[in-house]
This record gives sequence, structure tokens and C-alpha cells, in this order.
Amino acid sequence: MKSKLPLALLILMGIFGITSRFIPHPGAEALNAYLRDTLLRIISAFALILGLGNLILRHWSKIKKKEENYGSSYVLLISLTVTAIIGLFGGTSGEGILPTRIGEFSFDVNTLYDKVMIPLGATMFSLLAFYMASAAYRSFRAKNTLAFLLLASAFIVMLGQVPLGQALWSELPSVSHWIMTVPNTAAKRGIDLGITLGVTATLLKILAGIERSWLGGGS
Amino acid sequence: MSAEVVWVWVGAFLTLCILSFLYRDNPFYRFGEHLFVGVSNGYFVAFMFHRVIRPVMLEPFWGAVQTAGESGLSWELFNPIAPQNFLLIIPGLVGCLYFTRFIPGTQWMVRIPIGIFMGYYTGLSVPAYFEGTVFPQMRGTLVTQSDFSAAAGSSSIDGIWALVVLLGVLGTLSYFFFSREHKGIWKVGAKTGIVFVMVGFGASFGFTVMARVSLAIGRFLFLLRDWLGVIS
Repeated sequence: MKSKLPLALLILMGIFGITSRFIPHPGAEALNAYLRDTLLRIISAFALILGLGNLILRHWSKIKKKEENYGSSYVLLISLTVTAIIGLFGGTSGEGILPTRIGEFSFDVNTLYDKVMIPLGATMFSLLAFYMASAAYRSFRAKNTLAFLLLASAFIVMLGQVPLGQALWSELPSVSHWIMTVPNTAAKRGIDLGITLGVTATLLKILAGIERSWLGGGS
Repeated sequence: MSAEVVWVWVGAFLTLCILSFLYRDNPFYRFGEHLFVGVSNGYFVAFMFHRVIRPVMLEPFWGAVQTAGESGLSWELFNPIAPQNFLLIIPGLVGCLYFTRFIPGTQWMVRIPIGIFMGYYTGLSVPAYFEGTVFPQMRGTLVTQSDFSAAAGSSSIDGIWALVVLLGVLGTLSYFFFSREHKGIWKVGAKTGIVFVMVGFGASFGFTVMARVSLAIGRFLFLLRDWLGVIS
């Protein structure tokens, strides 16, 4: 019961999912629209709440046990609570019951997204440029032909996208474009095909009930 | 001080907090990092409530309650496809099963919403992967007469590059095919494939670095132009 019921539901829903593409009947289409746009959307919203619960519990326990750097957990919990309250009661653009504007100063969730999340996210991802460059400097060595090819294509693509590359050799952007559209496309396409066929095989194993690791441990 | 100026100062402070990690891990970086996680999750709570829970579940359910109060119960209120119906409570209850994970003895019930969600999207993904990836990629790899034809807007050099792409795809596939030992023709294929793979990885690396550099330039531009006003 504890494993068979979820497995039976998975197989049943899997059949609905697969057949949705092959049955152009209005009834079947309405059923699939209901499953996709209502049932599964609501269930996925609850999954987010579960993830959030785990995050809150993890940081709450960090604060209670006074683990290393527990002060940061206060920042996370307070910012999460404040943003959620502003978003839930203030609406996404300040149309809710909670006022999200003091004079000219607006602090609705869309503003928080633009003014807090975007600067933080963009800077965090830009940090990777420094670490990738530093890692490349330490590890890129043209020890053999293949390593040289990797190094050369990386340099050509990087130089081909900046004015310096064009100043060094006017044809460099065209070479960079050729690398991206011919050898890179060939390698990516081969890898994509391999990954997709592998993923599809795994999905079919899940649907057939052969792959059951998603059920987790226990009976 | 206008609202825009306040937000520019906030953005500059947060940017500097994150950039401080270049020196080493420090409280300012941890502040920025945890603030990012907190605000992102708070934003998605609001987003999910306003875009899913309220319009898809609460409002139609409340509408059904009001209709039942005004004109009594009818079968239409139990039609799952009707815009206002009581059956919307079912997905809500199924979603609540996620929380059984925290109740000892009932943890297995968390598998029910997972099974429903995974099952449908697993089934939906199988034909979608073929339609969206396998067939278009195979179609793009095929070399036809039109690749060489001037009438179709191509030139003979385009046809040659199409042949190179075909060779590269076959080589890459044979390099990653581990069910047979790389001997004879497989060895030739694998040797050709690894050349394409290395060039492809190099190009992807270069492209990713440039994308990140572009983000870094954007942040420095923000600091120097919007915040300090050093450049125009």
C-alpha cells in the first residue's frame, strides 16, 4: 500500500501525460487542461511551501543551536518574512491592503525584485567570471593536441566577442562565429541527442515501475 | 533624497557586499548571500499565492461557496472543469499531503503528490523530448541537396560545413557510446568525436566566461555611472 498506491498513481498519471499528445478529443483535451492547469499547478505550489518549510526549519535550528555564522540565518528569516508579508498583503505592485508606498518611496515586491534581487543575483553570477578566469589560468595547459584545441577555441571565442579581437585580426569574429556554429554545434548536438535518449530511457523506466528510487527508503 | 537615489545606494551596497567575496568569505558577503535567498523565497511565496493559489484554487472555491449560499447546492458546483467548483479542494488536500513528511508514521503519504506530479510530467516529457529535441536535432543534422543549392540560399561552402557538422555529430555520438569497445571504425569515430568535443567545450567555456564578464561589466557600470557618477 505504502509503495504500490503512489506507484499506481504515477503510472496512471503517466498514461494521461503520454496520451495527451495523441488523443485530439475535446474531452481528453479538457481533462488534460484540468490536470495541467489546475491540479498540478496547485500541487506544485504546495511543494514550494514544503521546500520553504525545510529552509525555515534548517535556519531556525541553526539559530537555536547557535551554530557558526548563525547571525546570517536571522538575515534570511527576517528578509523572507518581510518580503512574503509585503507580497502577500501588499500585492505584487502595491494593489493589496498593505500600503507599500511612503510618499515617492515604493517597496512592493516587484520593486524588491528589481532593486534587491537583480543586483544581488547579477553580482553573484558575475563573481564566477573572476573564478573561471583564475581556474583557467591555473589549469589550462596545452599539454597535448586536444588540450591545445580546447584552449585555442576558448581564446578565439573570447577574443572574437570583444573589439580587441577585431583590432588584432579583422577576421577573428568570423572565425569565432564559425567555431560556435560548426564544431560547437556538432559537439553540442551529439551530446544533446545522447542526453535526451538517456533521459527518455530513464523516464520510461520510471513509468514502467522499474526505476523506483523516487519512492525513497522505507517500506 | 529621491526614492531612486535610495535604491541606487541600496543596490551599490549590496553589489559591494557580494564583490567583497573576491577578498575572502566575510560577514558582508554572507549578509548579501542570505538576503538574496530570503528575498527570493519571499518573492516566490507572493508570486505563487497571487498567480496560483488565489486565482486557481481559493477564488473559484470561494465563488462556489457563495453560489451555494445564494442559490443552493447544484451538480454544477461539483463539476471539476466548471470555473467555480467545490472539487478544487481536492488538489489542495493532495498538496497538503506534502506536509505529512513532518508527521511521524505518515511520512509515506508524501509519495502520493510526488507520484501524481512526477507521473504526469514524466509521461508528458517522453513525446515532448522526441518532438522538441531528438527530431529537430536529427533534422538539422541531415545533409540534403538544398545545403549546396544557391536556389535555397546556400553555397557550396555551407554544404561542406553541413557535412562537417554531420561528421562531428556521428563522431561525438560514437565517442560517448560505451556499449562497444572503441576498436576499428568505432575508434576512428571516437577519435574524430573527441576533437569536436574539445573544440565545443572550449567554445562553451569561452562563451560562458564572456557572458559572466558581461554581467561583471554591467555591475561595474552601475557602480561607476549610476552610483558614483564617474562616467556618463
